[in-house]
Amino acid sequence: MTAPRGLGPARAAVFFLVLALLPELDLGHWLLNMLVFTLMFAVMSSAWNLLGGFAGYPSLGHVAFFGIGAYAVVLWFQHHAIHSGYEPFLILPLVGVGTAIVGLPIAAIAMRTRADVFAIVTITLVFVAQTLAFNLRGVTGGAQGASIAAAPFPSATFERPFYDVLLVLLAVAMGLTWAGMRSKVGLSLAAVRADEDKAAGVGVRVQAVKLLAFCVSVGLTAMVGGIWAYYQGFIYPQFAVDPLISVAIVLMTFLGGRATLWGPVIGAFILEMAQQYLAYSLGGSQFYLIAYALVFLVVMLLMPRGILPTIEDRLRRRRRRRLVDDSAPASPLTPDYVKGDSR
Amino acid sequence: MHALIQGVILGVLTAGVYALMASGQTLIFGIMKIVNMAQGALVILGAYLSYQLFTSFGIDPLLAIPITTVIMFMVGVAVQLAFLRPLHSEDRSQLSVLVTFAVALLLEGIMSVVWSTTDRGINTRYANSSWTVFGYQITLVRLWAFLLSLLALALLHLLLNRTRFGRAVRASVQNPESARLLGVESERVAAIGFGLGAATAAAAGSMYGLLYPFNPGSHYDLISRLLSIVVLGGLGSIGGAVAGALIISVSSAVVASTISPSWSQMTFFIVLLLVLLVRPRGLFGAATRGAI
Repeated sequence: MTAPRGLGPARAAVFFLVLALLPELDLGHWLLNMLVFTLMFAVMSSAWNLLGGFAGYPSLGHVAFFGIGAYAVVLWFQHHAIHSGYEPFLILPLVGVGTAIVGLPIAAIAMRTRADVFAIVTITLVFVAQTLAFNLRGVTGGAQGASIAAAPFPSATFERPFYDVLLVLLAVAMGLTWAGMRSKVGLSLAAVRADEDKAAGVGVRVQAVKLLAFCVSVGLTAMVGGIWAYYQGFIYPQFAVDPLISVAIVLMTFLGGRATLWGPVIGAFILEMAQQYLAYSLGGSQFYLIAYALVFLVVMLLMPRGILPTIEDRLRRRRRRRLVDDSAPASPLTPDYVKGDSR
Repeated sequence: MHALIQGVILGVLTAGVYALMASGQTLIFGIMKIVNMAQGALVILGAYLSYQLFTSFGIDPLLAIPITTVIMFMVGVAVQLAFLRPLHSEDRSQLSVLVTFAVALLLEGIMSVVWSTTDRGINTRYANSSWTVFGYQITLVRLWAFLLSLLALALLHLLLNRTRFGRAVRASVQNPESARLLGVESERVAAIGFGLGAATAAAAGSMYGLLYPFNPGSHYDLISRLLSIVVLGGLGSIGGAVAGALIISVSSAVVASTISPSWSQMTFFIVLLLVLLVRPRGLFGAATRGAI
């Protein structure tokens, strides 16, 4: 970030304050519902960004861990009662750490491959998770789905607790990203992304930072999965492990800008809102999929680096141009008559 | 034992079709270094085209293959020119995964609009006929699909090894820089290469439509199998794609016939993970890097 010192934290404070106060306005359930989903995706894209953006390992399998988190919460509360309604939120850290531990051996295998092959290997994880969810009927209920007791929140403010918890989780994800960007870990990840072999050669602890990024990333994703399951109350394998969720996360990060703090969040807000709007206005018709794919393609082709880096680049260029104009009004390379014409 | 051998027979026969689809995918990777996530959708589109030719004009799907391959060749060239050629940034390989996935979604949406989302199947007269050899069942359709896939693979092999175009392709795969210096028009090779990949998808799609019911969403299942096959064999190697198809198809058919069909899906992912544990570049990846 090229912003002056102090502006970054101020920006974050304003952002979170506005989001925290937003539900105080009488927004209506559909808008709050939309915001809940937007926050879910904002957290997940920020989490994905740690691995796919900073480390350069484009996972398409994050939804497998989302599913693990979802099933973990649902299965836990099939054996434990929910009284206050906040218990599922309290075990979320446990779910995150547990999933990170499950992810460790998977990461160790999958990260033997690079870039596009890694993407493919992680896709297969999605289908493994989906098959397991369908086939382990004794545990997951198979295609019949599994349910969790409905959250005992008053219906007028039903979305509110989910919204607040997701906001906290977003702060955690962005805080981790921010801390990472200013630490040695962030530098190591950048080195891994640029050239892993050389990084290892100069003594970067490549394996350790890769695995760390993977585990933190999937742990956060699983926590969102847990919240989602509790919010829905009922989960099916094809929705808990939906490859489109993985793709949406990736797309949001690419749209906003990889390896930036705000990029994934911006991407999530733009895309999830657009998606909800398209789904709402084009209804259940299949034109929705076409519209989504076209948005997807246009973004990729016009802004391959994402919104934030593109804008920053343009601002920086303009600033530099102004600097040049101010300090050196008569450039030796520009003939006087050209300058005279343009002024 | 009977179930095991029946599984092997079924697996080998099915492997032909998968090998054909995967060869197109691996060819595209070899030439352009992009992972084509739309290959499954292209196969399904091929299946719909031959379904349409069959229901509207009564053309047998196996005879329709020349027509669908020509149409899909053009579709492939168009996709390459419109969506892949403009990608020129340094992280083209990552972006191309997403762009081709978007193409897959686009095709899925278009197919759902045109043919609706209900399951379709191509029911020819001979769809259910089969032979029994030494107590083992061999369905006629599968046998035909196997033989035609072998034929198509042989044609692809001839094209790559015996023609000027094939030489240009192999040169670009081995060393794109030198190939360009020697006058190979890499953009044209890329466009035609993507077209060829789509054409193999069309040929395989006609047969896939005969073998299984399909709907616009079927491509998710297909692409996961295809990716496992090409990664298992080693990206960019056609021989590897054939070997990968054989291994994956036979192992999942054997699990389906001896244990349970619901676990057969899982088999090939486990095979894939095991192979990657030992050889991160796939079976034929390192040995034949730079050759196709």
